[in-house]
Amino acid sequence: MPPHAGEPAESRTLAIMVDNEPGVLARVVGLFSARGYNIESLTVAETDKSAHTSRITVVTRGEPNIIDQIKSQLDRIVSVRNVIDVTRDPNGVQRELALVKVRSTGADRIEALRVSEIFRAKVIDTTLESFIFEMTGASDKIDAFIDLMRPIGLVEVSRTGVLSIHRGPELDRVSTAEAAALAK
Amino acid sequence: MTTTSNIAQIHPASEPTPLVGIPMSGAEMVVRALKDHGVDTLFGYPGGAVLPIYDALFSDEDVRHILVRHEQGAGHAAEGYARSTGKVGCALVTSGPGATNMVTPLADALLDSIPMVVITGQVATHLIGTDAFQECDTVGITRSCTKHNWLVSSVDDLSAILHEAFYVARSGRPGPVVVDIPKDVQFATGMYLPPERSPKRSKRTVRHVDAMKIAEATELMATAQRPVFYTGGGVINAGPRASEALRALVRETGFPITSTLMGLGAFPAPDKQWLGMLGMHGSWEANHAMHDCDVMICVGARFDDRVTGRLDAFSPNSKKIHIDIDPSSINKNVRVDVPIIADAAEALEQLLVAWRNRAKTSKPPSTKTWWDQIEGWRNRQGFAYRPSNDVIKPQYAIERLYALTRDKDVYITTEVGQHQMWAAQYFHFDKPNHWMTSGGLGTMGYGLPAALGVQAAHPGALVIDIAGEASVQMTMQEMSTAVQHRLPIKIFILNNEWMGMVRQWQQLLHGERYSHSYSEALPDFVKLAEAFGAVGIRAEKPDELDAKIIQMINEPGPVLFDCRVAKTENCFPMIPSGKPHNEMILADTFVGDEIDDDGKKLV
Repeated sequence: MPPHAGEPAESRTLAIMVDNEPGVLARVVGLFSARGYNIESLTVAETDKSAHTSRITVVTRGEPNIIDQIKSQLDRIVSVRNVIDVTRDPNGVQRELALVKVRSTGADRIEALRVSEIFRAKVIDTTLESFIFEMTGASDKIDAFIDLMRPIGLVEVSRTGVLSIHRGPELDRVSTAEAAALAK
Repeated sequence: MTTTSNIAQIHPASEPTPLVGIPMSGAEMVVRALKDHGVDTLFGYPGGAVLPIYDALFSDEDVRHILVRHEQGAGHAAEGYARSTGKVGCALVTSGPGATNMVTPLADALLDSIPMVVITGQVATHLIGTDAFQECDTVGITRSCTKHNWLVSSVDDLSAILHEAFYVARSGRPGPVVVDIPKDVQFATGMYLPPERSPKRSKRTVRHVDAMKIAEATELMATAQRPVFYTGGGVINAGPRASEALRALVRETGFPITSTLMGLGAFPAPDKQWLGMLGMHGSWEANHAMHDCDVMICVGARFDDRVTGRLDAFSPNSKKIHIDIDPSSINKNVRVDVPIIADAAEALEQLLVAWRNRAKTSKPPSTKTWWDQIEGWRNRQGFAYRPSNDVIKPQYAIERLYALTRDKDVYITTEVGQHQMWAAQYFHFDKPNHWMTSGGLGTMGYGLPAALGVQAAHPGALVIDIAGEASVQMTMQEMSTAVQHRLPIKIFILNNEWMGMVRQWQQLLHGERYSHSYSEALPDFVKLAEAFGAVGIRAEKPDELDAKIIQMINEPGPVLFDCRVAKTENCFPMIPSGKPHNEMILADTFVGDEIDDDGKKLV
């Protein structure tokens, strides 16, 4: 039997450091589709111009053995420099940004503003009957905010997907294989 | 970075390319890089988008160009060349259809871990994305069937990418790469930097064998009562050192050894510790040993579904040691107890040292009971078949071919199907790199062009493609290449007029409804050979077979051998799909109801 088969699927955030070259996103995304892995969210941007590095953050879902496979398969990609499992890292920080459009008048309008203050969301656009809120935070916090806005007049949501970084002064440069070696 | 890690990754620095080098055109750089990487043979087919490179080859005397008849032939020939030499195989094709015709060999080489550098022409950079003539998105199409690929956007990057291509193809777990070069880049002039001065672009992973794991493995092996070695193509890829270390380790431990289809030849088949190939059509004794063992030492194999059969019944009571250079192979299909991520040669050498050290202090338990059990399985004679005086049995044909070529330096390639399995079962190998077959992808049409590549690399050797009449027609046009380049390959066709393996499955799984598996019309292979300018030989009766095979061997040029064999012979033993290793069917126990509905879905 494959290892851990049958264990429940869990959500994991992987930070993938890649050489910033044409087609690199297609390589990473292609691997997920070719091998039937899930992508729940995906963000990508160049992060170090001088080192030609981009950072791809993927939130994926799978049984532990599948997650292990995803990490080693990612490591096989020549343009992937390293893969960091942020979920497993106690010092990993994960944040997401959302733009939330709410349409309401009267008491609902005041309620929307009140909720946004609790969540420390920022109003970035307003008309007499609508707001656009900008909010950052952990994904579940954004989920909660959106849930609260729904009865008040939620119109549309745009989310960046999860970003992550490591706490402390060091660079995120520990590869999957090294982390595994360290864990033992 | 940590000292406890056994892995070091060197990240490419982003220093600017030094502006020293030899000025030349992009096309000249390609030829120069090939030579700098020791390429003596190139398989290819010209076309609009590679004309500058062909121009640079025109006056070159160091690289032999073999002109194929279809780009797929160039790819498989490069694979055959690579597999039989341990070097990187190279092919050169044009854009568009040239590149798409190369897709099958790339996928084949990826699954069988064959190092290959394919250079494709591309339309000029300003035309890319305009649906230009013979334009296709080569890097997009080949992304999932290469280890890596590059579209070269500037001549300044070309030499570094070419060197990187060879590095990626042969390092770690080998595989195919594509370098897609637009025509204007081939014409442009830039600075060529030789490999040693070229900037490193991708990560360099240096792995050292984990000594703790070696100790754990040795301990398991030393206490095993029913051990078995299960080895694969990784041993061949790791070079002759790996095969030598394997032989020494197997002999000193006294353990039985089996191998995958891809690993044949790493251990000498005539040896008494050899159990034969394992898997769906493997030997009775090898599959039983795999099922009943208590310690399995897997070296350079990947627990493929054709090897494991039903996963939850695969070798249920064994501890498994897995040596593989690719971390993603570990725990992919089967959970292992001692993973060793390493080159097979290094790991085997260290295991050997550890084994010897341990043997000095304590004696491992006797494996005599185990061997007695294995002898019992051997005596079952799983490869027995009913002989015939009237028709040539395909098994008999391979046995005679083996017997009559034993004193020769013989290389075997195959196509895919029943003949491939019979070749693996009845032809025996005692050296690595002498057996070239399409294992992972199962590409019909592989064997003939692969034989070209092998023959080009070993001009004096006897190179035989054991073929089926269906497979061989997929790349038959390459006979013309053989004649043009005086490559005296012998195509030994087991002609039963059926797509034999398809017919066998239709018999076993689909109620004997033989849907489109019979070739109502076949060429006269003797006349076909003559049309190509080769020699055709036909054998129809068992008593004429030997003389005809000898005639084939003695023929100085390429031969098409039409060996008419029994038409409906099945390939046994066979693990019926959905069944474990110890429920194999044999030729004499075959009834026809072995596979249930669930099993049918698995094949």
